[in-house]
Order: sequence, then structure tokens, then C-alpha cells
Amino acid sequence: MFDQLDALLLARIQFAFTVSFHFFFPAFSIGLASYLMVLEGLWLKTGKSVYLDLFKYWLKIFAIAFAMGVVSGIVMSYQFGTNWSVFSDKAGPVIGPLMAYEVLTAFFLEAGFLGVMLFGMNKVGKKLHFFATFMVALGTFVSAFWILSVNSWMQTPTGYLIGENGQYLPGESWAAIIFNPSFPYRLVHTVMAAYLTTAFVVGAVGAWHLLKDRANPHARKMFSMAMWMAAIVTPAQIFAGDMHGLNTLEHQPAKVMAMEGHYQSHPDGAPLILFGIPDSEAKTVRYAIEIPKMSSLILKHDLDAPLAGLDTIPDDREPPVGVVFWSFRIMVGIGFAMLGIGLWSLWGRARRRLYDMPWLHRAAVLMGPSGFAAVLAGWITTEVGRQPFVIYGLLRTADAASPLDAPAVAASLLAFIVVYFTVFSIGVWYILKLMGKAPQPGEYGVKRGDVGPIRTAGITPGPTQNPGGEETLPTDPQPGSTDKEPA
Amino acid sequence: MDLTVVWAFIIAFAVFAYVVMDGFDLGIGILFPTFKPGRERDRAMNSIAPVWDGNETWLVLGGGGLFAAFPLAYAVILPATYPLIIAMLLGLVFRGVAFEYRWRDPAHQKFWDVAFSGGSFVAALAQGMTLGALLQGIDVVDRAYAGSWWDWLTPYTLLTGFGTVAGYALLGAAWLIWKLDGEEQAHARKLAIRWGAATVVLMGAVSLYNIALNAEYAARWLSAPEIYYVAPVPILTAIVALSMLRAILKERNSKPFWLGIALFFLGMSGLGVTIWPYAVPESVTIWEAAAPYRSQAFMLVGVALTLPLIIAYTAWAYWVFRGKVADEGYH
Repeated sequence: MFDQLDALLLARIQFAFTVSFHFFFPAFSIGLASYLMVLEGLWLKTGKSVYLDLFKYWLKIFAIAFAMGVVSGIVMSYQFGTNWSVFSDKAGPVIGPLMAYEVLTAFFLEAGFLGVMLFGMNKVGKKLHFFATFMVALGTFVSAFWILSVNSWMQTPTGYLIGENGQYLPGESWAAIIFNPSFPYRLVHTVMAAYLTTAFVVGAVGAWHLLKDRANPHARKMFSMAMWMAAIVTPAQIFAGDMHGLNTLEHQPAKVMAMEGHYQSHPDGAPLILFGIPDSEAKTVRYAIEIPKMSSLILKHDLDAPLAGLDTIPDDREPPVGVVFWSFRIMVGIGFAMLGIGLWSLWGRARRRLYDMPWLHRAAVLMGPSGFAAVLAGWITTEVGRQPFVIYGLLRTADAASPLDAPAVAASLLAFIVVYFTVFSIGVWYILKLMGKAPQPGEYGVKRGDVGPIRTAGITPGPTQNPGGEETLPTDPQPGSTDKEPA
Repeated sequence: MDLTVVWAFIIAFAVFAYVVMDGFDLGIGILFPTFKPGRERDRAMNSIAPVWDGNETWLVLGGGGLFAAFPLAYAVILPATYPLIIAMLLGLVFRGVAFEYRWRDPAHQKFWDVAFSGGSFVAALAQGMTLGALLQGIDVVDRAYAGSWWDWLTPYTLLTGFGTVAGYALLGAAWLIWKLDGEEQAHARKLAIRWGAATVVLMGAVSLYNIALNAEYAARWLSAPEIYYVAPVPILTAIVALSMLRAILKERNSKPFWLGIALFFLGMSGLGVTIWPYAVPESVTIWEAAAPYRSQAFMLVGVALTLPLIIAYTAWAYWVFRGKVADEGYH
């Protein structure tokens, strides 16, 4: 028994670890693919080289992020079977087809056109190349559509029957399964989060180079584009998040109680707890700073509306409050900080000083990784908040795991931790190195290897056969001499 | 029509597509240490850089399709081969990122070359051993794997594992014969002959082992009237192997690769004969493992609509990068 509990805990940690790592990459590449499409589209429309330069600059970063997303994603598609075989057996008939659709309509699309997007501009011409970029961007979105439908079904299952063998089976309508109650909200909220994540990364890189050279036209362009996103999308995202919260209140009230830290019911208006330390033993939030009746106003649009608390939920159906309470506050806090940056940039723009505000630029650099933190915090809120269930109200996480022994799961978890931290940290380091260099006029594209007798070394770009590869590029001053390989 | 049978063929097709397409990618990884650092390695890598990602997606379709169409098989096979699957996934991580990293960091290119070939080798070996573990039978009790930790590790699974490594290396060499020229092509020819011989020997050994392993497998191959239907498989395999040798010796360009695919097709057909009609040999038939009709039908619509498109744009991507690999003409 003890052994089984250990194996379960390890399997949960392994899933949380691998999915959290994986989530960073699509959160970035969904937005970045669309950004690349916009850049290439603007280049085709206006013919301005600044857009092509930026396209090539971000394409290199995209290639690395995408590769990391692919390899960490394949792990996810097998993890259901390796570690959650009971869940797979039971839920396969309902969610399996949705995931198969994801592969068929999204993964192949992305992967099939990626090669042309990265390496093919001179082979297929501008318009077909733009089409390939569009298909990759579309693929990332379609992928989000299906996987969030799956996740939402696990949060708010509808449209299923229970078979004699204990499996969940599809009911009359697939639409009832795909468009389950929380799906539209989760889709909008998550995709906007991905766009904001990318926008703040782009904004930070732009700001970083503006701080070094405020005349750099490339830095100006990307910073300006990112700040428009921050100013326009952040308010929309806060609104969408609020709607998503109301939807959660309707379908998963216990999650909202944990987010709010409401251990007790409040028959006449619940306070909004800004901060405090949830104590699940004592069923109270210690050192709470709260605004009376505010929670009822937000959730029910009525100061005196009664709100039920976790005292109405049996203890064995209660999510862990501390994690959910804090991760939710981190997400919301970052959201408002993003709004602040957006408004600040609008003010700067109105005064025509957007590129001359070093403090805004510093703040934007600081906010560069904020999207990732917000996405992760939001994800933890929703995933921990639906515990102890893996399929909400139906299948407990504890009953879903594979019949594996703890040492097997421990060994694989350790392997994932070592490999992921090494491999992905190095990838992130390469991305940061690319970001550290300012975009240049005549930016080179993704390097498919400078084939030929001369190899360059160091960070000097070699000749390339990539998008718009008409430029001659700086080559190593001593051809061959810096070759790392033995002669 | 029995959708379960249709789905068994769709999964088999996805696995076949994966095995030949990522097979030559992984094969190039396996052969990588024998290539000269510099131009030969770069060209070998470049010959697959635009397509490897699409090739690997078939693995996700195979796994995802199994999950969706035969959830019980997915839920049994993966825990039973847990260490192999984890090893394969980690191998694919190293292999996949190396495509980008080795160009990004010339100072550590050697390290990423090792990661590329080591990852490819581990992934191929693990895939082959998983196949062996499946063929030798998996204990199932109460809809769950009931065997022990190390059931997957036997002389037989090692044989299937190395057979797969050899077969992938053969495909990789045949691909390079097609995509390279000059000295490097000549090197690829030598490799193809060497690994082709290894592949044929190991395929034969696995086949004989299968017959010894299990009376039911033996009956399917050796008793009348079945033998008349299945006898063409080994005979054709021998013919294809010899034609391939001939094509290599006659310095044909793409023919060895196509014959390599034919060889794998015959191998897969043989496997099909051996396994049919089980999803997990001797424990779970495809009908026992199958998702309900409604799930299968819904997915079949998706497959019917998208698979022709997928094949079309995949073929287009290959067409775009046709011909000998990246020379000056590329710019």
C-alpha cells in the first residue's frame, strides 16, 4: 500500500514536471508562429526589409523552440499510457479520438510545412513560402484547439456514457464532448495567454536592444508591435479570465473556493482575500488582508450574494488550497503588471516618446519571462484545482495510475529531470544568445549547415541557403583554420 | 464492414510509415560516427533536416491512434515496456534537439553529434525491443499488465532490437546513396551492403526464433493450408534482398532505397501474419482492445479527410527538397 502511494506520487510529479516543461514551448511557439506569419505578411505587403529581417531573426529562435516543443511533446503523447494506463483504458474511447484529430489536423500540418518554412524560401518562392508559414501557424492553433478540448473534457466532462466494462464511451454527439462547457473559455484564455507570452518576449528583446541603441529600427519595430499587443490583448485577457472564472464557479465550485481561500461559507457577501496564508488544518486563511463583500461582487455581481465555501465540500473531494490560492494570485498579479506595461506604453506613444523611455524599456525587459510564469501559474491553478480528480467528479487521480512499482517511476522521473534540465537549459541558452544579438539589416536565416569545404566557427554566421539568402554573409576571416574537426 | 479491422490496418500503416520514414532518419544517426566530421556529416544531416519532424509525427499517430482505437492495448503495452518507452523518448529528445543545436554551437558540435547518434541508436534499439517484447507475449490480468519488471529483457528482444538497428541503418545508407554523390555516396554503398547483410541475417534469425518461441506462431507459418498463403513472404524477401544488392553494386541511385522500403514492407507483412488477430499477442485480440464503434467511426472520418492531404503535402515537401543534397546550387 505504502509502495503504491509512493508510485502514485512519483507518477504525479513526473507528469507535472514533463507537462510543465513542455507547456513552455507551445506557449511560446503558438504566439511566435503567428508573429512570424504577420511579419512575413507585412513584408510581402509593404516590401519593407525591416519585416523580413525581423522574420529571419525570430525564425532562428522559433526553430529551436519548436524542436524543443516537438521532443517534449512526444513524451506527453506516450506518458498517458506509460504512467496513467487505467485512465487511458477508461477514457481512451472519448479523448483518444480528439487526440488523434490533433495529430491528423495539427501535428502533421506543422511538421509537414516546417521544413519549407525554415529552409525553403529560395526553392518555393515568396508566396508559397508565406503559405507554409501560415500553415505552421494554423497548425499550432489547431493543436491548441484539440488538446484544450481534451483537457476541458477532463475538467467538465459531458456527452459520455459509462460502459459495462467501466470505460467512458462517447454518447450521441461528439459536439457535446468537444464543446464541453469549459472548453470555449479555456481555449480563448489559453491562446491569448500564448500570444501575450510571445508579445512580452518580443517586447523584452526589443527593449533590450533599444536600451543599447534607441535608434535601432528593428528594435523599434518589434518593441512597438509588442507594446500594441500588450495594450490591446491584456485587457481582453483579463476580461476573458474573469469569464473563465465565472464558468469555473458554475462547473467546478470547489476550485474557485480554493482560489479564493474560502474555507467557510459566507451567507451574506464573501470577502475578497488579497493575501494570506491558507491553513488547511485549521481551515482558515491566516494573516488575511481582505476587502469585505468584494468576492461576491466579482463572482456574483452582487455585494450581498451568498457564496458557499469548502465547508460544503467533503474533505476527500477538496483540492489542495495553498497551491491553488497562491498560483492564482501569481497569475492575476502578473496579468495586472502586464496591463500596467501596456498602459505605460500607450502613454509613451501618445507623447511620441515610446523609444525614449529607458524605464519603460527596463520594465519591459524585466517582464520578458512574465508570460511563462503566468501561463504556468494559471495552469497549476486549473490542474491542481480539479484535484483529487483526473476526470472531474468521475475518476480519481489515485485510481488512474499504471500498475508500476515506485522504483521504476522514480528512475524515469530522475532521468527526465536530468535530461530536461540539461537539454532544455542549453536550448534556452542558445535562444538567449540569439536574442542578445541585435537584428541586422540583411539578417541571415536558419542555418541549414553551410555545406562546403569551408566551415565557420564561433558565433559568426556562415553562408546560408535560407529565406532571402541573397545576402553575402560575414564568413570566418581565416577559412578552415577555425574548423573544430581534426583535418 | 468491421471497423476494428480497418483500424488495425490504419495503425499498421502508421507504424509502417513511421518505421520507414523515421527509420532512415534514425539510421543516419546510427551510421553517423562512421561519417567524416565536416562535409560528410553536414550533408548527411542536411539530407533529413527538412523532413525529420514530419517523419517523427507518424510515431505520434501510431501511439495516438493506438490510444484512440485500441485503448486497452495502449494501456497494457506501455506499462509492460515502460523502461523501453522511456529510453526511446529520451533518445528521441537528444536526437531531435541535435538537429538545431549542432548548428547553433559549433564549439560543441562534436558533443551534439554524439547526442544525435547515441539518441538515434537508443531509440531504434528500444523500438525493436518493444516489438520483441510484444511478440513474446505480455501477461494481462484484469485489463492490466500483470508481468514483472524485466519481462521485456530477453535474448529474443535483444535480437529484435539489434535487427531493427541494422534495418534502420540499412535504410539510412540507402537514403544517402540517393541523396549524396562522389566519395560520400561510395561510402554509403559500402555501408548499405554491410548493414543489408546484417539486416537479412537478423531478420532470418528473428523469424526462426518466432517459430521456436511459440507453437501458435509456428502453426501459422508451417501448417497447410496456411503455408501456401504465407510462403511468398520469405521468398519475396529473398528476392528483394538480392535485387537490392544488385542495385547497389550496379550503382543505381534511388533504387536501393525503394527496395529497402519493400524489404521493410515484407517484414511488416510477416509480423502481421504472426500477430493476427491479436493486439497484444495471446492476451488481447483487436476486438477485445477496440474502442467502441462510435469512436472508431468518428476518427475514420478524420482519417479519410486528412490522410490524403497529409500524404500530398508530405510528398510535396519531399519534392521541394528533391535531388542531391545542398550544394552551391542551393543558394
